[in-house]
Amino acid sequence: MEKVLMKGNEALAEAAMRAGCKCFFGYPITPQTEISAYLAKNMAKRGGVFLQAESEIAAINMVLGAAASGVRAMTSSSGPGISLKSEGVSYIAGSDLPCVIVNVQRGGPGLGGIQPSQSDYWQATRALGHGDFQMVVYAPASVQETIDMTYLAFDTADRFRMPVMILSDGLLGQMMEPVVFPQIEVKIPEKPWACCGHKNKRPHNIINSLYLQPDELENSVNERFKRYEIVKRECPAAESSFCEDAEIVVCAFGAAARIAKSAVNTAREKGIKVGLFRPQTLYPFPVELIEKACRKAKIVLSVEMNKGQMVDDIRLALNCRLPVEFFGRHGGNIPTVKEVSAQIESISERIK
Amino acid sequence: MLTEIIISGFGGQGVLFSGKCLAYSAMLKNVNISWLPSYGPEMRGGTANCSVCLSDEPIGSPLVTEPDILIAMNDPSVDKFIRSVKQGGKVFIDSSIADRKADFYDKFDGKIGIFRIPASQLAQDNGLGGMGNIILLGKVLKECSDMLCGIDRDTVFEAFTKIIPPKKEALIEKNRAAVLVGEGI
Amino acid sequence: MSVVFEKPNALCDVSMHYCPGCTHGIIHRMVAEVIDETGICGNTVGICPVGCSVMAYDYFNCDMIEAPHGRAPAVATGVKRANPDTVVFTYQGDGDLAAIGTCEIVHAAARGENITVIFVNNTIYGMTGGQMAPTTIPGQITQTTPYGRDPKVQGFPLKVCEMLSEVDGVALAQRVAVDSVAHIKEAKKAIRKAFDNQICRRGFSIVEVLSTCPTNWGMTPSEAMERVRTEMIPYFPLGVYKDAVVWEDKTKG
Repeated sequence: MEKVLMKGNEALAEAAMRAGCKCFFGYPITPQTEISAYLAKNMAKRGGVFLQAESEIAAINMVLGAAASGVRAMTSSSGPGISLKSEGVSYIAGSDLPCVIVNVQRGGPGLGGIQPSQSDYWQATRALGHGDFQMVVYAPASVQETIDMTYLAFDTADRFRMPVMILSDGLLGQMMEPVVFPQIEVKIPEKPWACCGHKNKRPHNIINSLYLQPDELENSVNERFKRYEIVKRECPAAESSFCEDAEIVVCAFGAAARIAKSAVNTAREKGIKVGLFRPQTLYPFPVELIEKACRKAKIVLSVEMNKGQMVDDIRLALNCRLPVEFFGRHGGNIPTVKEVSAQIESISERIK
Repeated sequence: MLTEIIISGFGGQGVLFSGKCLAYSAMLKNVNISWLPSYGPEMRGGTANCSVCLSDEPIGSPLVTEPDILIAMNDPSVDKFIRSVKQGGKVFIDSSIADRKADFYDKFDGKIGIFRIPASQLAQDNGLGGMGNIILLGKVLKECSDMLCGIDRDTVFEAFTKIIPPKKEALIEKNRAAVLVGEGI
Repeated sequence: MSVVFEKPNALCDVSMHYCPGCTHGIIHRMVAEVIDETGICGNTVGICPVGCSVMAYDYFNCDMIEAPHGRAPAVATGVKRANPDTVVFTYQGDGDLAAIGTCEIVHAAARGENITVIFVNNTIYGMTGGQMAPTTIPGQITQTTPYGRDPKVQGFPLKVCEMLSEVDGVALAQRVAVDSVAHIKEAKKAIRKAFDNQICRRGFSIVEVLSTCPTNWGMTPSEAMERVRTEMIPYFPLGVYKDAVVWEDKTKG
């Protein structure tokens, strides 16, 4: 299979088309714009729909409509735009519709900045919208993984009839790496619930998130949470390196994990027993996998491009068994390998 | 081996393109690479730059903060990055645009190797207007052969055929000529 | 014995939740009749708003989607673009379409989105209990304009058909009322045209129907009908504001 050199954003767009995404609706925002630009150029040629919406709100609702009519649909944005989409995401979740939402993160809050950041972890994993619901959140750390997770995201969305987010960032979106597109036969499941016209052959389908009777609403949410239990069982994914004997486990996702990995390598060369745990899914958080990675650990260091949004998830996953320290840069700053190495060395001195 | 490179200059000088040439070359050599551009408003009329990492190992941070090789095509780029170049690193400056006097560079003597080449002027003189970036790349190929994970002139020549679209085929030969000019300095 | 009156097939056999004297029932029926007449029920997707007609998904017999408040035109766009052969209509109230959803309706119109919009204007928010709408008439008393709408404070009502008639993507913008048999006949014709336009791919069509809200206006049904005639029609004149072919479809004869 041929290797090609692609930007993360463009690779994601190409992967989406190959994964059977038929409709893309978006609105320009840095640093995700290459996704829109790539799809604008290629979607129609390949029988799909690209439409620039009048707002993020309209874009996510167009996704709702397309998903409701039974096709694979996607939208992409960055922090400020994702906030605007939150209304639609909640309705999509409440209507049990599958779709893929991409957040190429930049610094926040407010207009923030446009440089890479991971400051939307809480938004993605806790509450992208009102009501009791969750999204599966994939966190790629390379351009290749961005591609692989895009395929996965569409499959997961269809399988569980829920919104799935790919949480990228400005660094992963803008960088180029050599990649290979997998030769996967895309299988899109039947969607008998879709609103595409009943052809007078079945009762009318209704796609709706309104339940005025408390019992009905409670039941519908309970039913959804039963699916989340399967999601929590089957979807968690993570990569562990050097964790078998690690006394210090560095926990990092996405772009920050690349830097953390270099720092772990450097520290290993100096004889420090340190490993890296990299969650690939942020919801569901890989609870069992981190427990396994931390068997010999005395301490965990979370390295993030924010103010420590993942720290609580690590503590909860480990039942507060281990101290969890944090090192991060934010605002568009990216931690350097040197900075992370210094943190690891200082912890190593302290736990001796 | 990990080689970290920053290529920086005014938007339009082709610094992102130079980086892409290296990135494609690395891919052709099956070397791990990453290419990361600066982006945002600073690109408009200001200084654009890209980070390129070449390595036998998987690449961690694609953002270069301490380069082994710096290509600086204007004074702001020199000012921004020259102090961060690693001990023993090499700096290639387009001296027809970046016009700091020779004594500015004296303080770096013995720490880093500095090559001041009037690349844009040479490009003009050789009928290769606008290809100062590739002339500097040619010079890098010559001076840094031990740092480029096996990337040489032939790899770059082949990379040009991948990057330059068939519609602009004539540019392939021009770029090759610019590499040769750079190597000949 | 011959059948002289029956429920349209495009309406489900259920009782509706609308208040006595509310004209949603008439408007639902007209839409359903048009769906029956054109034989499109099996191919139609309706988009409900947020507001009194939120539960129209239980009343229309075609596939139905319930949209977030104001976003029905965006949802309709998604459905129509994903499946251009379906017939897509939105059914929206004045708060939904002309306040929170102004952006979506204007841009769906500007794109010449090949959909049909039924816009029910009764100058008040019904479901939330009678607050000022974007179409509340100056002087009109509502829960949030207890001293009457004062344009100096609350601004002026939005005249949607007039506004959209200036938009290039609009094929039909027509205002009708359902206060009399004659007006109902006119309204039915307009709705038929709005669907025909879509079937023939002529562009975006909107029919604004002046409607009542006896409950929140504090009137009897007949007083409410009288208000449509004496207060609403003078402020929102009936008529065709735009009738044009936006898209010439080469594929349909």
